[in-house]
Amino acid sequence: MSNSNGRFGVHGGQYIPETLMNAVLELEAAYNRYKDDPEFNKELNTLFNEYANRPSRLYFAEKMTKDLGGAKIYLKREDLNHTGAHKINNVLGQALLAKKMGKTRLIAETGAGQHGVATATAAALMGMECVVFMGEEDTIRQALNVYRMRLLGAEVIPVKTGTATLKDAVSEAMREWTSRISDTHYCLGSVMGPHPFPTIVRDFQAVISKEIKEQIMEKEGRLPDAVLACVGGGSNAIGTFYHFIEDESVKLIGCEAAGRGIDGFETAATINTGRIGIFHGMKSYFCQDEYGQIAPVYSISAGLDYPGIGPEHAYLHDIGRAEYVPVTDEEAVCAFEYLSKTEGIIPAIESAHAVAHAMKIAPTMSKDQIMVITISGRGDKDCAAIARYRGENINE
Amino acid sequence: MSKIKEAFSDKKAFIPFITCGDPDLETTKKCVIEMVKNGASIIELGIPFSDPTAEGPVIQEANMRALSAGTTTDKIFDMVVELRKEVSIPLAFMTYANVVYSYGSERFIKKCSEIGMDGLILPDVPYEEKEEFSEICEKYEIDLISLIAPTSNDRIAKIAGDAKGFLYIVSSLGVTGMRSEINTDLESMVALVRENSDIPCAIGFGISKPEQAAKMAAISDGAIIGSAIVKIVAEYGKDAPEHVGEFVRSVREALDR
Repeated sequence: MSNSNGRFGVHGGQYIPETLMNAVLELEAAYNRYKDDPEFNKELNTLFNEYANRPSRLYFAEKMTKDLGGAKIYLKREDLNHTGAHKINNVLGQALLAKKMGKTRLIAETGAGQHGVATATAAALMGMECVVFMGEEDTIRQALNVYRMRLLGAEVIPVKTGTATLKDAVSEAMREWTSRISDTHYCLGSVMGPHPFPTIVRDFQAVISKEIKEQIMEKEGRLPDAVLACVGGGSNAIGTFYHFIEDESVKLIGCEAAGRGIDGFETAATINTGRIGIFHGMKSYFCQDEYGQIAPVYSISAGLDYPGIGPEHAYLHDIGRAEYVPVTDEEAVCAFEYLSKTEGIIPAIESAHAVAHAMKIAPTMSKDQIMVITISGRGDKDCAAIARYRGENINE
Repeated sequence: MSKIKEAFSDKKAFIPFITCGDPDLETTKKCVIEMVKNGASIIELGIPFSDPTAEGPVIQEANMRALSAGTTTDKIFDMVVELRKEVSIPLAFMTYANVVYSYGSERFIKKCSEIGMDGLILPDVPYEEKEEFSEICEKYEIDLISLIAPTSNDRIAKIAGDAKGFLYIVSSLGVTGMRSEINTDLESMVALVRENSDIPCAIGFGISKPEQAAKMAAISDGAIIGSAIVKIVAEYGKDAPEHVGEFVRSVREALDR
């Protein structure tokens, strides 16, 4: 679907300063060299299975299914991975690749902190230096993850520019990469940025849909009718969709963070409120004003609080293959509480966006239909913030 | 020959940069006029962008101040119309791809041509992505300026071969901003350009002092200064024009020495 310039339809590309061009070309060459290399894949699979606890479970949510009274619901438990989210899949792949390239230092951006924690973890494991850029606003919302990264030996740099959230952390990580390329790999956390990142990250996350497919065939003997995942930049969603893209009968549903609603400005629902633009190295949809200034987006979820979406999602939207729906803070918080009480699973507030949409559509589906929701991460990190949202002030 | 290329024909070029609308467009206009009076060869007018990923803190903050003051692309176009009644040296916009793309690339570039702009610099559009802008620029006779960086190596030949107006040589790794030392082997980069093209070369990123500018211009065809000027504007606000003028004169004198 992507050509040599990393295009997905009109989206994608490499809109970056000249200073970084040889770095991304070098990365692309290295990736092409290793992606089908049996030795590399053997090493990566060992890391996936022995270290990250793959394959992750595909769990039949029986109580939720009965309660909603419609489609049979399965949860893809990426929250059970080591470090508590899907982010580790991509990070292990990129860290291993960086190591093969002779890099000794990883830098990363992080929103909720999950990607930062995963990168710090991989750096610790592989004996690499690690620096994580995190919006100052997010370091406050996700203080526990900041501690975790430091515990793992990473340096966390709070980013104070712009809106002090994920987009500013990405900008700052890009600036850092521009100033130090020879020993440093930018371990981008989502299916965004300049080519080859959207492709590399997708390929490492595609293990999610590869496993879902095998597991559902084993349990049900057929493909699901719908797969759902939350979308910020879109890495767990593309991972969930990828091996089903060719299976036209499987509906692909991405759940965007609508914040306080898509009719106002306090939203991060890119497909629903944005328009096509060029930012952070790629052409895609972005929340922006009439002059192309990037909008200060908002969501209760630090991990979805990003004004853009990966180029492959933009393309899947353009061709009508995937559907992108808005889910508000309130709906996500209700789903966060619902899944905790109904199944005893506390999902990340990001993943709760997908659960919320499932709660809307499952009752409209018939009992012989099957849906899979990817629970991209665990929700421990969110408990204090959700308590605050509900007016309860607890100490972390 | 393009007006920009011509600006390099008789002496070393000095290319100052200013962020439009910081602290307001009236001040920007006065600063530009002072720059021209004091010997600027070409002026880079920065259209502020919310997320300028190639800029260091000084220009990032100027972008924020300009946007907070309500600066928009259309208001900057209006300022250029006014400016063109008083200044005739070449002017180039420096901004990010989304500012142009979101306005409608053809609509933006056509407008540039109508109001008398000469060039466009997009630091987040490398050689691989330039076609969607360069074809329109050619149609409206706007020079789309190419950049080369210390990491460009084997890319220099093809970039220089295609360059229009002048070639912007990025002196150092990293973002814009003042540096005490520049350690890149710029002579070799310039030599590589010369082998492949007759395009004039100007060096920018990290230059803040007149002597530094003279040194850079000596090994190329000119020097570009941004952050040092933006810093003067930040310090003096509406009173910046005369201070900017003085600074530009000191650089001009150093280049002519």
